[in-house]
Amino acid sequence: MAPDDKRLLQIRDLRIEAMVGDTILEIVKGVDLDLDRGEVIGLIGESGAGKSTIGLAAMGFARYGTRISGGRITFDGQDLRTATEAQLRALRGARIAYVAQSAAASFNPAHKIIDQHVEAPVLHGYQSRSAAQDDGMKLYAKLRLPEPDVIGFRYPHQLSGGQLQRAMTAMAMACRPDLIIFDEPTTALDVTTQVEVLSAIRDIVEQFQTAAIYITHDLAVVAQMADRIKVLLKGEEVEEAPTAHILAHPKESYTRKLLAVRSYERPEKSRSSKTAQPELSIRGLDVAYRSGPKVLHDVSFDLHRGMTVAVVGESGSGKSTTARTIMGLLPATSGEIRLRGEILPWSFRERSKDQLRRIQMIYQSADTALNPRMRVSEIIGRPAKFYAGLEDRALHRRVEELLSLIELDPAKFYDRLPSELSGGQKQRVGIARALAADPEIVICDEVTSALDQIVAEGILRLLDRLQNEIGLTYMFITHDLATVRAVADEVVVMQRGRVTDSGARSKVFAPPHHPYTAQLLASEPKMDPKWLDTYKGRGSERPM
Amino acid sequence: MSPLGVSVLSIGFIALICVAFAATLYRGEKGGSVIAALLAALTAITWFVAGRDGVDTLAIVAVVFVLAMVASYALRWLLIRLVPSTLATVFRSAPLTAMFGFIVIGVCLAMVIFAPFIAPFSESEIVSKAYAPPAATYWLGTDQLGRDIFSRIVFGARNSILLSLTATIAAFLLGTLAGLFAAIRGGVIDQTLGRLADVLMSIPALILALLLLSILGTNLVVLVGVVAAIYAPRIFRLTRSVAANVVVTDFVEASRIRGEGDWYLIRREILPNIAAPLIAEFGLQFCYVFLLIAGLSFLGLGIQPPTADWGSMVRENAVLISFGKITPLIPAMAIALLTVGVNFIVDWMLKLTAGLKERM
Amino acid sequence: MTDIVSLIIKRLGLGLLTMLVVSILIFFAVELLPGDSAQAALGQMATGETVAAMRKQMGLDVPAIVRYFYWLQDFVHGDFGTSMISHTSVAGAILGRFANSFFLAGFAAIIAIPLAVSLGVAAALFRDTIFDKSVNVTSLTAVSAPEFLLGYILVVIFAVKLRWFPPISNIRDGAEIGERIFRSFLPAMTLVLVATAHMMRMTRAAIINVLAGPYIEMARLKGVPPWRVIVRHALPNAWAPIINVVTLSLAYMITGVVLVEVVFDYPGIGQLLVDSVSKRDFPIVQACCLIFAAIFILLNIAADVGSILTNPRLKRPK
Repeated sequence: MAPDDKRLLQIRDLRIEAMVGDTILEIVKGVDLDLDRGEVIGLIGESGAGKSTIGLAAMGFARYGTRISGGRITFDGQDLRTATEAQLRALRGARIAYVAQSAAASFNPAHKIIDQHVEAPVLHGYQSRSAAQDDGMKLYAKLRLPEPDVIGFRYPHQLSGGQLQRAMTAMAMACRPDLIIFDEPTTALDVTTQVEVLSAIRDIVEQFQTAAIYITHDLAVVAQMADRIKVLLKGEEVEEAPTAHILAHPKESYTRKLLAVRSYERPEKSRSSKTAQPELSIRGLDVAYRSGPKVLHDVSFDLHRGMTVAVVGESGSGKSTTARTIMGLLPATSGEIRLRGEILPWSFRERSKDQLRRIQMIYQSADTALNPRMRVSEIIGRPAKFYAGLEDRALHRRVEELLSLIELDPAKFYDRLPSELSGGQKQRVGIARALAADPEIVICDEVTSALDQIVAEGILRLLDRLQNEIGLTYMFITHDLATVRAVADEVVVMQRGRVTDSGARSKVFAPPHHPYTAQLLASEPKMDPKWLDTYKGRGSERPM
Repeated sequence: MSPLGVSVLSIGFIALICVAFAATLYRGEKGGSVIAALLAALTAITWFVAGRDGVDTLAIVAVVFVLAMVASYALRWLLIRLVPSTLATVFRSAPLTAMFGFIVIGVCLAMVIFAPFIAPFSESEIVSKAYAPPAATYWLGTDQLGRDIFSRIVFGARNSILLSLTATIAAFLLGTLAGLFAAIRGGVIDQTLGRLADVLMSIPALILALLLLSILGTNLVVLVGVVAAIYAPRIFRLTRSVAANVVVTDFVEASRIRGEGDWYLIRREILPNIAAPLIAEFGLQFCYVFLLIAGLSFLGLGIQPPTADWGSMVRENAVLISFGKITPLIPAMAIALLTVGVNFIVDWMLKLTAGLKERM
Repeated sequence: MTDIVSLIIKRLGLGLLTMLVVSILIFFAVELLPGDSAQAALGQMATGETVAAMRKQMGLDVPAIVRYFYWLQDFVHGDFGTSMISHTSVAGAILGRFANSFFLAGFAAIIAIPLAVSLGVAAALFRDTIFDKSVNVTSLTAVSAPEFLLGYILVVIFAVKLRWFPPISNIRDGAEIGERIFRSFLPAMTLVLVATAHMMRMTRAAIINVLAGPYIEMARLKGVPPWRVIVRHALPNAWAPIINVVTLSLAYMITGVVLVEVVFDYPGIGQLLVDSVSKRDFPIVQACCLIFAAIFILLNIAADVGSILTNPRLKRPK
């Protein structure tokens, strides 16, 4: 059967259909994939590329509402498409294992970690319960989980995200499978956690010589893990080549775009004059949620006219809380916020209409930021009507002008509903709504993190152009250093509710670094396939 | 009638089951085969315990069922061809049950609007002796006072439905407004209204209605008021919870920090986004209200005689049941048909607006 | 564990408070009536003096608020007052009937709960098949139909045509258990039909909700066979919603009990309530309402406590 003994997985002309309402869509359109024993292949692509669907198909699995409609999937000589459910069950968890994106949701909340760990080896008859349990503890140690002997006896909700992801990798390893499918295992993690999970995963895969399919949207991450990379776009293969080769000599323009996306950087602007009054000045902000502990400690920074301040930090750093306090949604217990020297009341209810107009916000998720029942014309038109009192013809003209400003054709988009827009277009409408108020300061809250990278870059370029044309002041909240590098003039680094480092971008990012800034910089995946090795030299186990 | 004691109806029914069983087997529909087999078993048992009459009854039920299916199918066929293409796709995927619901509601509406033209007699007119059997003039016979049952059913539709509709609308106005207000304002207002609703809902609807009606008496205004007061808290809760999900979204936050007032938030931002669940809820609550009022009338505490009403008609003629007559069941079946029909449509709507939580 | 205990205590406290408010509501609703029970007891013809004497005798001369506390105190001690019509003790009238109603509801619940839960699980497992669809249509019909229709249909078939069961459930005091079951069979089946449909639909929804969880997909991808996915992975997380469903359906059954008892002339508390309402015998109405409300509130508390106890996150805090 198997012509080539080294060949573990062979997929030919794979086609997968999905039922969307009443229509059938082909979401994977004839993809081939070959994988040898012990080899790691990276599947990379944006959302809708079909990467996860292909990964699951490699286990002979199709999600509810999807169907493998064509092609051959051969695992170690066995045709998975003609295999019975029982045959597939014998493979799953034993010889092919799966690591899901959200470990928090993929562990059963009702059972202890270790009980879920031993389920597959016991069920498939590989090991006795106690042997599997001992082996689990060894795997936990190998994956550098703290307290490997006892951590398994906790329940999933008692572990952190990074720990769960490692525990899930250990669970996948329980039967020493020939193949593991990693489906975006680090996407939901903070950078400093991500790097630890990445190196733990890579070590264990190397040690057991396990073949793997590594699925991600992040080229820098996959460069660390994979021997070969396959680039996918809308269910079709763009190109495939060894990792070093694809990074150095991408053939297709789409791959080149993906590669170039993180290198966008605009020149840094410096303050025109030190003495100029800041547009917005934040001094000594302390914030606590009702009867809870303080979440912001003594946060101070300034926004200067026409410049961009990037506030960067991981989850829980307080960067979004800062934004909410500035917007008047959350009162501070002490400190002050001045808009052009004039003190702003804490609550937006007490601010004047003009004060409200001058600070506008753009949200992370354009899906929830636009009212799904309102047409683009009203979404954008309302602030113009509300603040400037524009009516009828003038309002119509203003909306068209704003649409042109965000590079959307007024004739086509004026009457659309948000559901008729793509992700990038929605975010553009969100920008136009902020602009419609004719603001001075725009707070951008993770505006690109929900978007595919190429689309995100377009948004960053648009924001830059608008800043130059209109003279806007931006406060950019982000967890992504590439975004900071792309847009920031000044940087504020936050950690656990405090500002740890701040200053001009070139100064913050140049040595000597503040220790936390250094850690953030070192944790950021680089396109260089050797980056993870160099990181490991310095990496240290941080308590979660 | 054949000498074997089997009627044409029964033979046809049994043949139909056999054909259905064969067809499902041939097409490999296991579930269908099981159901056909269950039907066959039911027929066999019926034959065994109730003989030919029993099987005939089953056959009549089956014929009615098939007729309803055919009518629903025809309505869907018509709708797909008559409405604009964007709507047609919606109807194409509509289940037959929803179509059946439309038919039932259509018939009921016709009775509500054209009652005096449809009914041969007035609702309180004594036209014959008591308990006259069905005849050409009295399609369904007469009741305990000699009134025409068919006419009373037609007028009963008008009375029962209009009353329930009024009560539901009143409950909705009250519940929705309070719910929206609580969701937007939060804090003390939200807490107070929530506790009040909790207390009102901690007495079962029928019991609370009995208590209040026994004190306040049973005139129509009181009835509408009591029923509205009982159901408003349920609508308040639902509105509050769906509105609360919208209130926390970024687009509402964006509107708030723009400085928009509560009325704009309700009218433009929140209501359009909760309209679908609210309409579905309206259907559901109408069913509950309708059943409650029917139940009260059945207990003699709802709509008072001589006004015709489906619930009280069941009670008035219940004696007939012990003689094996099913006339008193006809208004009860009318009640069930209407609520089932509305429920079928609500069920379909809930599936259409996917993402809504599955409700009972 | 302290979290759980304090949550449950809080829930119980809230229930008690609700109970108190409901009792106030029930007491003062009757106070709203024009005239009072003394007047009612003596009729319109009584002179002012006799009424005043009667009031004194009935304790109506003290303020309503004081009477409320007396009433509540008596109630807690099992003294529900005196009937305005028969002038006998309300507690005596209620006790036997309460046992009958309890028997009827218990009889129905014992059959309905296992039936509904297994049907619900089956419908969720075979989702979108013909089985699921026909169960859906049937249960929706049963939920929508008024209880008296279902009751009368059973009467026509099993009492009038087949003569298997009596159409009227006249149970004597001290009847044998077999006799009780026989005579209350049809009303119990009517309740079973309604409650099963209700519970089954909610169970199905709860299970489908759980089956959509990523950890169910994970279990499948570990090669866990379908029965084990249900038993080991879905059910432990579905208990909370199912317990909720069951208790809420039992609470919902109260309405059914009242109507069914009237249909079958069953000597239960529901029928007593309806009779007393038409006779305007308020002490009995108040007592029945308070008992029904108490059961309803208790079941709701049970539902909440059940979901607190089966929630793995609450059971084992961080």
